[in-house]
Amino acid sequence: MLKTFSKGGVHPAANKLSADKAIEILPLPKTVTIPISQHIGAPAKLLVKKGDKVKVGQKIAESGGFVSANIHSSVSGTVSKIDKIFDASGYKKPCVIINVEGDEWEENIDKSKDLKKDISLSAEEILKKVSEAGIVGLGGATFPSHVKLSIPKGKKAEVLILNGVECEPYLTADHRLMLEKTDEILVGIKILMKALNVDKAFIGIENNKPDAINRFNKFVENYDGIQVVPLKMKYPQGGEKQLIKAVAKREVPSGALPIDVGAVVHNVGTAFAVYEAIQKNKPLFERVVTVTGKSVKNPLNLLVRVGTPTINLIEAAGGIPENTGKIVSGGPMMGKALVNTDVPITKGSSGVLLFEEKESKRQDVQNCIRCGKCVSVCPMGLEPYLLMNMVESKMWEELEKNNVLDCIECGSCMFTCPSQRPLLDYIRLGKSTVTKIKRSRKK
Amino acid sequence: MTILVTIITLVSIGVIAAVILFLVAQKFKVFENPKIDEVEEALPGANCGGCGFPGCRGMAEALVNADDISTLFCTVGGNETMAEVAKILGKEVTAKDPMVAVVRCNGNFEKRKRTNQYDGSATCVMAANLYSGDTACEYGCLGLGDCVKACNFDAIKIDKTTGLPVVNQDNCVACGACVEACPRNIIELRKKGPKDRRVFVSCVNKDKGALAMKACKSACIGCGKCAKVCPFGAITIENNLAYIDFEKCKLCRKCVAVCPTGAIHEVNFPAKKAVAKPEKKKQTEEIKEEINKTSENKLN
Repeated sequence: MLKTFSKGGVHPAANKLSADKAIEILPLPKTVTIPISQHIGAPAKLLVKKGDKVKVGQKIAESGGFVSANIHSSVSGTVSKIDKIFDASGYKKPCVIINVEGDEWEENIDKSKDLKKDISLSAEEILKKVSEAGIVGLGGATFPSHVKLSIPKGKKAEVLILNGVECEPYLTADHRLMLEKTDEILVGIKILMKALNVDKAFIGIENNKPDAINRFNKFVENYDGIQVVPLKMKYPQGGEKQLIKAVAKREVPSGALPIDVGAVVHNVGTAFAVYEAIQKNKPLFERVVTVTGKSVKNPLNLLVRVGTPTINLIEAAGGIPENTGKIVSGGPMMGKALVNTDVPITKGSSGVLLFEEKESKRQDVQNCIRCGKCVSVCPMGLEPYLLMNMVESKMWEELEKNNVLDCIECGSCMFTCPSQRPLLDYIRLGKSTVTKIKRSRKK
Repeated sequence: MTILVTIITLVSIGVIAAVILFLVAQKFKVFENPKIDEVEEALPGANCGGCGFPGCRGMAEALVNADDISTLFCTVGGNETMAEVAKILGKEVTAKDPMVAVVRCNGNFEKRKRTNQYDGSATCVMAANLYSGDTACEYGCLGLGDCVKACNFDAIKIDKTTGLPVVNQDNCVACGACVEACPRNIIELRKKGPKDRRVFVSCVNKDKGALAMKACKSACIGCGKCAKVCPFGAITIENNLAYIDFEKCKLCRKCVAVCPTGAIHEVNFPAKKAVAKPEKKKQTEEIKEEINKTSENKLN
């Protein structure tokens, strides 16, 4: 019997169109647009100005606090402009625009492909280097990784969980990475284990990726303390709290962090980035992105430099099909529609998804029929229909009491609603309002 | 005989009950200032909340209990109602200038191109929570009508040709419900002005000039021409955005003339032709004078 999380969950069609396409390297664009805020937390502070020459891997913005991350240049060339540009969030953010000239890397980056297994650094040195390399959670939430690695006083990490679930339909970036960089990911996991001082690590992989499970099972023998956990397919298993429940059978209480139950979760992509940062001195400036969609000519996985315009990726996949209605950054469940095709790829972009016009249109909203489906699928055990009603009547205090802030915005409720009610839209508004109220209360 | 007994019993029960009720009413009597009812009668009874109290009754209680009622104001009834209330209470009020809601965005479909389509729930507050809107201006009106839904007085409507809300100044009572409802803080309460005339900057874009201009052709670009030309120092520029202080503004409209993008609006002034002509004459005379002066200088 395969493991999975207990509460709720839905089964959207997997549509992993690009699963058997090896990762290709996207040619360098003419210009890149690098937002200086690609992570959760304080935006980074600019270090370059117009006219500066930069190399690949050069730090161009410095972490603006503890929960923040460094930003490195993904290309070599000249800074042509610093401007406010739309990014995938739909807001204008300060960006560094660099004209690409050649491909000159910082000298200390090891460009060779050899596997380097020995970990020479100590736990503190690893933490420092991860922070220096600007690594953030590559699953999509972009939480700075060094924060997750710094265990608060009085708490102890007991288990490291690697997220190779990729429960979002369509996306295959992590899947391909697991197949092609298996050894590197495993060394990355060993590094993370050393940094956290844990001797157990589990890799959670859903059983729709049997090739990845088999491959890891074969390779894992050479590494102590790492175990593969095949999981039953269910969305949103890639959610941090759901994964901990599925793999370690621990439940993170409302308002608490995974570390409160002794667990630390990292994405497999993050493990690979950690490997590259520690063993190869390479900061995080490129990532694997899936470009996909039912009408896309050639759905594929691309290794892309941060800051590349989305249109370049789409062109590599055969251009925008005529019947496209929406272009989404991320997966179909949690992704966000882009405001234009020049939006740059950031550290958090896991996929570019082109929806056909008929798929992308929202259907007419009907009345709630009190079927309770949203309640039964909510992986956090909330009552979405009730929360929506409360937001409609502006009952902010009641919302807080009903744990609206626990919502992980997975969209299962809206996916399952037979009346196509915009549950998540309302809950999101409730979350942001309650957060504002809570913040003003602290002051 | 039975009839007599019945009548006596019922009458005595009635009398006893009346005595009990009378005593209880005396014992638990709640004193309420009769003036509260009087004042409530004088208030318009709209229960709009524009005064900051839950309804007209709340306002009436506050008015009766307060020593100084000059800080309280009924926006719906205006000065007349307040004078009446003052008469009832024997307190003093100072007349306040009537206010009106003003929409500070003039990015219509023509000036502000739509760059994407919004497909989510049709409320401004939700769209604003999600992203920066369907135009390139992240400050401007979203046009989904939260202000219209908030208005109890049928005073604000979305103009379908421009996509922007329009305030009906005769219906507007300046209760501030729309100001609160707008997630972009576009609507402001301003002085209605003498003869309902007013001048204001109809833009809230805080981006630098070039960026603002790219998003909307009629955005305030913070050039500062209006501030320079204003003889009363009523205009301040902050964060690339001009703001006209309505207390200082004397409605000379010099700023309207110099604004390069047309972001400064004038309302209810007589038709331009009648006013513009003498101004033009003046200008030409001035220019002539200046030319004359320079030629004189040259001769000298």
